[in-house]
Amino acid sequence: MTDQTKEYKLKIPSQTKNLELIRNFVGEVARKVGFEGNEIDKIELAVDEACTNVIQHAYKRQEGKDIDVAVKLDYQKLTIVVTDKGDTFTPDQVEIPDLEKYLAELRVGGLGIYLMKSLMDEVEYESGPEGENQVRMVKYFLKEE
Amino acid sequence: MSGFCVKRIDQQEVAVLYLQGYLDAHTAPDFEQALQTLVDENSVYIVVNLAELTYISSAGLGVFMGFIEDIRGKGGDIKLAEMNDKVFRVFDLLGFPVLYEIYQRESEAIEKYNQSRS
Repeated sequence: MTDQTKEYKLKIPSQTKNLELIRNFVGEVARKVGFEGNEIDKIELAVDEACTNVIQHAYKRQEGKDIDVAVKLDYQKLTIVVTDKGDTFTPDQVEIPDLEKYLAELRVGGLGIYLMKSLMDEVEYESGPEGENQVRMVKYFLKEE
Repeated sequence: MSGFCVKRIDQQEVAVLYLQGYLDAHTAPDFEQALQTLVDENSVYIVVNLAELTYISSAGLGVFMGFIEDIRGKGGDIKLAEMNDKVFRVFDLLGFPVLYEIYQRESEAIEKYNQSRS
């Protein structure tokens, strides 16, 4: 299984103008491995949301910090890992249990995490070996009905 | 070149904003500025035409959220028109169709304002 694993990496400065490039990079990999229209849209939006969170929250809009985007492929899934070395992000504190209430209060932040969880099959946050923040998002090629 | 532009055409008392390109965390401030200008002028009967919008993220959705309360408080609204399926799916995922009036045609959205004011 590991023999068939492929990985594509992008290291890019933490600037919002790079979001388009990040979306295109991840979308292109997804397209090449057989994802189509709506699924590619979801993957691109999820990585955008993850990187926007890094730029705005982990790095607090400081430009020129590194964002690492890795797209890993194996026979059953596409995994995106976004890594930063900014402030630690604790998504549990921003988790949105009740979207209706959230929208009723017209709160703006935190929608990204809700979207990521809605768009991908799995989303998890973890700390890397050197204390870096990582968000790992998975999309399976064939989703069980 | 930011990949996004917003144009405004007034149809009598209704201000129509035409969004083109992608609306993400990079371009959201441009849209925010356009809405702020309308609010400052007290032009609060707003239609946003999304026919040429190819992409929206939560940063773009957040702009709609950030203004709607203020604009409705002034007796106006933001009505949405002509969005494509891709953009609609994102709006839908966040429950926006409950919060915003969405029209197939820009003319229907404008007509709605004219009806409610006549």
